[in-house]
Amino acid sequence: MWPDPNLKVATLVSVGQHPKSGRARRAEQDARAVELGLKMAGTRSRLVNVGAGDETGLRQYLGMGLPELMQVKAGTEADAVPALVEHLKTHPTDIVLTGIRAEQGEASGMVPYLLGEQLGWPVVSRIADIQKIEDGKADVLQALPRGQRRLLRVPLPFIATVDNAAPEARQYAYGPARRGQLAETNGTAIVDEARLEWQETPAKPRPKRLNVVKAKSAADRFKAATAKPQGQGGQVIRDGTDREKAEAIMELLISEGVVR
Amino acid sequence: MSDMPISDVPRRDPRTEWILRNRLHPQHDELVAASSGPVRGPSGLLRKNPRAVGYIGPNGLKRIDRSAGFSGGAGGVSFRSRGRSGQAEVELPLHTVEQPDFYVAVVVDLAAGRLSGHDKDVLGQAHQLVNATEGEGAVLAIALGEAREAAFGKAGADRLIHLTDVQGEPLDGYCPERKLAVLEAVECEFEPRYWLFPDSVHGGADLGSRLAARLGERPAVQAWQVDTERTVCRGGSQLTDWHRPTARVMLLAAECALPIDETRHEAKPLELTVIPPVTPRIEDLGPVDVDPSKIALSEAEFILAAGNGVRDWDQFHAVATTLGATEGASRVAVDDGNMPRFRQVGATGTWVTARVYVAVGISGAIQHLQGIGQCDKVVAINLDDGCDMIKRADLSVIGNSQGILGELLNLAESRQNGTGADTADLAIDTREEERHVA
Repeated sequence: MWPDPNLKVATLVSVGQHPKSGRARRAEQDARAVELGLKMAGTRSRLVNVGAGDETGLRQYLGMGLPELMQVKAGTEADAVPALVEHLKTHPTDIVLTGIRAEQGEASGMVPYLLGEQLGWPVVSRIADIQKIEDGKADVLQALPRGQRRLLRVPLPFIATVDNAAPEARQYAYGPARRGQLAETNGTAIVDEARLEWQETPAKPRPKRLNVVKAKSAADRFKAATAKPQGQGGQVIRDGTDREKAEAIMELLISEGVVR
Repeated sequence: MSDMPISDVPRRDPRTEWILRNRLHPQHDELVAASSGPVRGPSGLLRKNPRAVGYIGPNGLKRIDRSAGFSGGAGGVSFRSRGRSGQAEVELPLHTVEQPDFYVAVVVDLAAGRLSGHDKDVLGQAHQLVNATEGEGAVLAIALGEAREAAFGKAGADRLIHLTDVQGEPLDGYCPERKLAVLEAVECEFEPRYWLFPDSVHGGADLGSRLAARLGERPAVQAWQVDTERTVCRGGSQLTDWHRPTARVMLLAAECALPIDETRHEAKPLELTVIPPVTPRIEDLGPVDVDPSKIALSEAEFILAAGNGVRDWDQFHAVATTLGATEGASRVAVDDGNMPRFRQVGATGTWVTARVYVAVGISGAIQHLQGIGQCDKVVAINLDDGCDMIKRADLSVIGNSQGILGELLNLAESRQNGTGADTADLAIDTREEERHVA
């Protein structure tokens, strides 16, 4: 079934940043989106980037085995959304994949939502996989917290952000990264005026929240510091058969929704 | 001598004097209390009887309670004060808003139907914004979906919009389009001055981004220091801070402000007059079964943990598989070689955050209780009804674990055969994944 030759997948990629060294690299979540695109459409899936991005970072995506990356040239202060809207309107696309948040800059994660709003396409957040596409509808596996999954059915075309739970991106190779084409085009580059007024500083460590005990006497403070954690008077079942006891447990599990 | 009326002659009561001398007499206390007014000494000074304090304890020894009633519920207080102060809840003062000039809307996550710590922080931040703004404002909490044990008033909601369904369609599961329609209706009707969302993986970030895109507002994302003028947001990879003017839509990071803990709030329900109908394009086909043993212990939702009291290990594994629970173990079970080391729960193992934790045959060492400190519901199956795990547990069952687990297995199997046959069995390959980062 995969890769589907008729499926048009576009992956929006950005230049990432190594969390320790700060060096430019492929962004972790974007690379997972590229991996998903490769699975679905093979090397026919498109890579799109807006900006004056660092070449070494972008070429790492090409090193995953894709022949071309389309770069819409815009200044570093430009807003990426108008350029992407223009690109997606001119190039027919079924599925747009991207990461959840960029690894540098403002990293608001708003691009997929703004695109969805302006193009009128549905947006699905935090997907782990796309299972199948039938009758113009895709079965999408969404990643939930605590390792859970949920199945959604979305009509094409749609925009999806790829979660860290998606399959890990393949390693990139140096040769294909050098050989791949960076196709540059010019797009609508509107300078993001609001952002120019903001100040960017290195992240300040956030103060750790202290557990303040509002006790009136020394005895209460002592107790708060030493007491064992205790529930507020739980229900204790002493009598009855094993069956009744098991039923009481089962009832709680069902009411909490952990047993379906 | 004879002109003095008979009633003014001071008379002695030898019986009372005898009782006052005898401090073991049952009437001694009340007579002392009645006769001890302010006593003046020979020089006119006010004298205090140092022996009039305290009372005789049950073992005949004198007890003096010097806590003056302040140490409510503390372990060693006198039996007099124990009864009245006990575990009594302190009634916090009620904060009321009659006619709000403006609203600050907070859309709570309500993950698993409960207000999370993150939700409460955001409500606390909303009150900070209300207090810093001129005029009388109200915090409007918007809860979409089923709620259980959610104390909105205690968490700081002045007004509350709580919907479990829209036009007959339930709001649980993934339905961002319907929820967005509700928020748009709130925007039309109440025009909140600020929209606050928890920037979390439980849907707050998703919904907040959708609303910001719909309203054409530029949101402050991962905001962690907010006042009415300036906001500090964490940038990409947590490496930079962005200092920017405060936005109307804000997605707040965890621990952005302190939760409300000194006042109660009304949580007065409000009604939305009209919610525009929507035809959602995203269809929710429901949750998919995942292999519970592949979920990392630290983020598993439902853990079945075994301790020294478990004898039949095959049965324990069968119960965990049938119930769909992730397996955990106490240190004893791991040391004895019955469970692998990475399954150990507790201070030396994994600190778990499960919603439901079932402890089978675990007595509850303090290290283990620390490890399950963040669990919502704890169920204990144990033979010893005096152990520490029973004191911690919300539901305790006293009995032999083997018999109870056997019955639990039967119940789970009959339930699966009855209902679980129609759920699509999809082969999902989930690896042990890293913790989600909001």
